[in-house]
Amino acid sequence: MTSTKVFAGVDIGSSYTKAVILGADGRPRSSCTLRTGASFEGAASRALKKALNSCALGTGARVVSTGVGRASVARADKRPTEITSIARGSFYHCPRRHVVVDIGGQDNKVVAVDDHGRAVYFKMNRKCAAGTGAFLEEIAHRLAISPGRLSRVAKTARGRVEIGSYCTVFTCTEIIHHIRQGKGAPEILMGCYESVVKRILEMDALEGEVVLSGGVVANHPVVAEIFFEKLGRAPLVPNQPQLVGALGAALLGQESHDKNAQV
Amino acid sequence: MSNSLPRSTARLKGLLNGYYQDLEAAAKDPARKVAWCTSAGPAELLSAMGFQTYFPENHGALLGARRLSTNFIAKSNARGYSPDICSYLTADIGAYLSGQTPLKTAYGIEGLPKPDVLVYNTSQCREVQDWFTFYGREYGVPVFGIYSPWKVETPLPREAVSDVARQLERLCEDLAPVAGRRLDCDRLAQVVRYSAESTALWKRFLETARRRPSPITFFDATIHMAPIVVMRGTEAAVDYYAGLLDETREFVDAASAAVPGERIRFYWEGMPNWGKLRFFSNLFSELKACAVASTYCHSWAFEGLDLARPFESLAEANLQVFINRGELYKEGYLKKMVEDYGIDAIVFHEAKTCPYNTNSRFGLPQRLQERYGIPSVTIYGDLCDLRCFSEEQTRTQVEALAEQLAPVSRRAG
Repeated sequence: MTSTKVFAGVDIGSSYTKAVILGADGRPRSSCTLRTGASFEGAASRALKKALNSCALGTGARVVSTGVGRASVARADKRPTEITSIARGSFYHCPRRHVVVDIGGQDNKVVAVDDHGRAVYFKMNRKCAAGTGAFLEEIAHRLAISPGRLSRVAKTARGRVEIGSYCTVFTCTEIIHHIRQGKGAPEILMGCYESVVKRILEMDALEGEVVLSGGVVANHPVVAEIFFEKLGRAPLVPNQPQLVGALGAALLGQESHDKNAQV
Repeated sequence: MSNSLPRSTARLKGLLNGYYQDLEAAAKDPARKVAWCTSAGPAELLSAMGFQTYFPENHGALLGARRLSTNFIAKSNARGYSPDICSYLTADIGAYLSGQTPLKTAYGIEGLPKPDVLVYNTSQCREVQDWFTFYGREYGVPVFGIYSPWKVETPLPREAVSDVARQLERLCEDLAPVAGRRLDCDRLAQVVRYSAESTALWKRFLETARRRPSPITFFDATIHMAPIVVMRGTEAAVDYYAGLLDETREFVDAASAAVPGERIRFYWEGMPNWGKLRFFSNLFSELKACAVASTYCHSWAFEGLDLARPFESLAEANLQVFINRGELYKEGYLKKMVEDYGIDAIVFHEAKTCPYNTNSRFGLPQRLQERYGIPSVTIYGDLCDLRCFSEEQTRTQVEALAEQLAPVSRRAG
């Protein structure tokens, strides 16, 4: 029997699947992040199971799925897009009007959130991996550095190369040029991170308060530092930024339940 | 797609069949002449001079709708026609280079009707000049063009109208040796009258979508627009659109909804994505969203055709199409369409290879949002090149727009 007091959000992204469990107080109790792999349904089940097991709230939960694999979760009560979920999850951390920038594995999103936690407009990157997690994975491969170490290596840079290209493949060609010029991996990486931020700044003017979310922000802290530098103000980086979408989905589920209960 | 107009859909096939059969007969008859013409015209002038008119842009759309275009585009790309230029052009030229056309199976004709002349007008696209010049070289026939001053605002500059009217008059002189006759002004008046009548009926058909719920969708309109492009100066087109309007009114009277349970009304801005019409139609239906109006289909609702001054009124009709207008006009036009049709949001289709018919590249969506609170989404794709389109990304964007339009109470954590 499904408990009506436990709400779960599962965000099936192109690279990672994230699950968040809310307690009865509406606050996150546990979470799980794992590789999505080839089965959306399988990844969602495993993430939910692990997250539920770790919070001892039982195995039953009302589930809301979101992300690219949202339609594949049969047990989900609702399947909002990641745009709506990110807006809601971001509003949990920043309960006022703001703009949330989500940098994911294969796409980037800029969502303007109103003072009720609703998306009022949004923008997504074009059909191109420039500036996404996939871009950074390709750069890691090119430089033979584990993706998990990229940000730490970049932090040791004493300068930054200029990456002028939009295109991931052309960027790799530029990297060859910089290697030939004797530039080090940290400086090249800083240039690549700056390129990620530039792609976002081309999408929207980012007026007002800015929140950063998504796996790239979580795994590459240097990205937030470059945003600070470019914006001239500090962006808000939530605790566990890759969970913002899953958290938002769980909150939407809880709110929908509460609203129906009032009727 | 809804196919809510079965009688007209059945008549449409017969009508187009007759059009293409006659076109083929004309191409085989030395006494008759065939002109290839742009959709913006000057079709009326060509008809009045006795030409049978064929429209390569319509062929491009057919290639797209039948999902044949992407392979043909690659053929053109290999011949030096860039993937960044008009994909009607690259699909059409690629099909020509491959010796293939869906017209054979669709209408039973042997192939493209060989032209005696090619005539273009730049008011809806600048690349038609290069497109038609290719065929001019291939077939060894003359190519003539009308150059329309671009980005015109309201009121239309008189010098622009005069310029195009003079070009049309000069065109008649250039065409006379090919046609073997001079312009028959009585015939021109008759063609213009049929054009005016058929476009007026077409507009009234589109305007039935003002009703809530709408009896028709943008997708229905894309099916029924072929005669207004290829046959608009004919009595057959007038009859067809009179019948279409009658049939649509039956749905209006019966309060039938093209999208059952309609709860969202979209405006489609930009070119259709011909190979994905069914995808969009299904997606919108799932969301109970009806695309009730579009710039594209309304672009053939020419107004002001005047028998008393045919050259000037044809020039005005061509200059005043949305695609040829300045940003100020476009902003006002879209605002009015949103009001007139009760639109909830605009879907801007940014077509990779069609900068002329893409209106999201100069800040227009942002201005409409900021000045008038009109929400929109910009989706990326193309009219014919499916390599430029991502179904999943588009689905997320359209669903997110629908969610944005359906307020739910939220609270901070």
